Amino acid sequence: MTLFLLPRLRIWFLAPARAVNLLLFLAPMAIVLAYSLLSRGIYGGVERPFTFESYTRLIDPLYGGILLRSFWISGLSTLLCLVLGFPMALFIARSGARRNLYLSLVILPFWTSFLVRTYAWMFLLRDTGLINTILQSLGIIREPLPLLYNDGAVILGLVYGYLPFMVLPLYTTLEKLDKSLLEASADLGATPWVTLTRIVIPLSAPGIRAGSILVFITCLGAYLTPDLLGGSKTVMIGNVIQNQFTQARDWPFGAALSLALMALVMVMLIVILRRDKEQLL
Amino acid sequence: METVLELRKVSKHFPTHRAVDGVSLSIRRGDLYGLLGPSGCGKTTTLRLVAGFDSPTEGDIPLKPYQRNVNTVFQSYALFPHMTVRGNIEFGLKQRPRRVTDLDVRVQRVVDLVQLTGKEARLPAELSGGEKQRVALARSLVLEPEVLLLDEPLSALDPNLRKQVRTELKELQRRTGITFVIVTHDQEEALSLCDRIAVMHKGKVEQIGSPEDIYLRPATRFVAEFLGAMNWYNGVGIRPESMRVSSAGDGMVKAVVESSVFLGHCVQVRTRTAGGVELVAEVAREGSRFEAGEVVGVSWSESDEVKIGSQPL
Repeated sequence: MTLFLLPRLRIWFLAPARAVNLLLFLAPMAIVLAYSLLSRGIYGGVERPFTFESYTRLIDPLYGGILLRSFWISGLSTLLCLVLGFPMALFIARSGARRNLYLSLVILPFWTSFLVRTYAWMFLLRDTGLINTILQSLGIIREPLPLLYNDGAVILGLVYGYLPFMVLPLYTTLEKLDKSLLEASADLGATPWVTLTRIVIPLSAPGIRAGSILVFITCLGAYLTPDLLGGSKTVMIGNVIQNQFTQARDWPFGAALSLALMALVMVMLIVILRRDKEQLL
Repeated sequence: METVLELRKVSKHFPTHRAVDGVSLSIRRGDLYGLLGPSGCGKTTTLRLVAGFDSPTEGDIPLKPYQRNVNTVFQSYALFPHMTVRGNIEFGLKQRPRRVTDLDVRVQRVVDLVQLTGKEARLPAELSGGEKQRVALARSLVLEPEVLLLDEPLSALDPNLRKQVRTELKELQRRTGITFVIVTHDQEEALSLCDRIAVMHKGKVEQIGSPEDIYLRPATRFVAEFLGAMNWYNGVGIRPESMRVSSAGDGMVKAVVESSVFLGHCVQVRTRTAGGVELVAEVAREGSRFEAGEVVGVSWSESDEVKIGSQPL
């Protein structure tokens, strides 16, 4: 395709993608950046003058604590997704003609609103919910178990919601794994466990990395799940940002928080990608 | 000689076809044994049954798969891409239930044997095709198996390299004394490499014998034709290289030249008899200028005639 090597044509072919990026990515970012540098309006919104005040407020240990907590919850959720998703992806990759059926089952929940699915969890987990009702009527427990409005419920919701983001990249790498490598490993006397840990897992590192990054970043920005399932006790950084734009009516600070979170994630990604010298996806 | 591997009426049925159908083989210690046949004849499935990757539907292979002292060299080599040459080679030794005390010595010995000295720290991606194959060989040989199974060992190599590696393989087999079972679809490869050859066709063994046996005394028409071009005249087969072409009047059969093609090492002359039988001769380059349409005499000596089934299976 020497045609595409012609610089003049290249510009035109790339133009639509550039326009979309400019309009839907760079422009909103510029607005967020501008808001973060303005002063807070009394009834929300932003006013002049320009100031760095929002950024100086970021150093408050309160936000550092919430950020740390968000990292912890997101990290644990990512780990759980990996532990649950890996056997799932391996199973799907090995299930021959049925793999398309299983893959569509993984994607199926996306056909329903995430909000509705999170509410569904509330109906299952609350004191008068399905699980507690059944356990009580069976006489296993007397008092309802505190299943909702805690860290556990948030992690459950995050793992449930973002598991497909882990399974799909894992599936992609596992599906490409040469089956003769597994046979060679067995042929050389390796047990299935050794084959899994020394051959399969190391060779699916790109999928593990891609899946973990996708799940971790999505969890870190989550606000719906902690808001609904975590109640008032479990606050993640996403809730704080949301709160600045709603109740707190402090748009500049919300914008500054968003950008700080984004910068942090970017730095992490660059460090990971530099170290591995590999493409993300 | 002692038998190291025996298959008794082994079959492997898949839902759609019988890949292997009642195969019996007896492989002696130290043999360079060939499983020869066209693609889909069941030779690779047979190898996989011996390796223990699949289990036979019927029949018997002595010992459970994990008790067989057998290792495999895969067609694509199946080297672990994330491990160095050394990592690949020592992988098998590290799986032994008891720690191998002379691991370094054994790895070094086999590295020297396959001439990979100095390349131990490289990754498979940094090796040439021939080197990859030697790593695959070393990885299996270091375990000192009784039988080494090789699935189309030369097919992934550059055609120019094949003849050289063929010689190296034979040399390696002689030096190690390990029994090699080689799967191949290439008759020249099988003839030049193996001591004994089982020719397979549609899941069945057609003939077992030495290269001379199967080439000169084929048991079936399939074997005769698979091993090389064959002319059929009055129920006997004559190889093109056994045919002589002379001027009209001489020879046993009168025929008309249809084409004469220079092949480098010989000239291929296609002729047709009055009865419509095509006879192809490969004759020496010198003094063999034949024009299409020319009437010639074709002849051969009776000792070169191949009679199907003259040799008991």
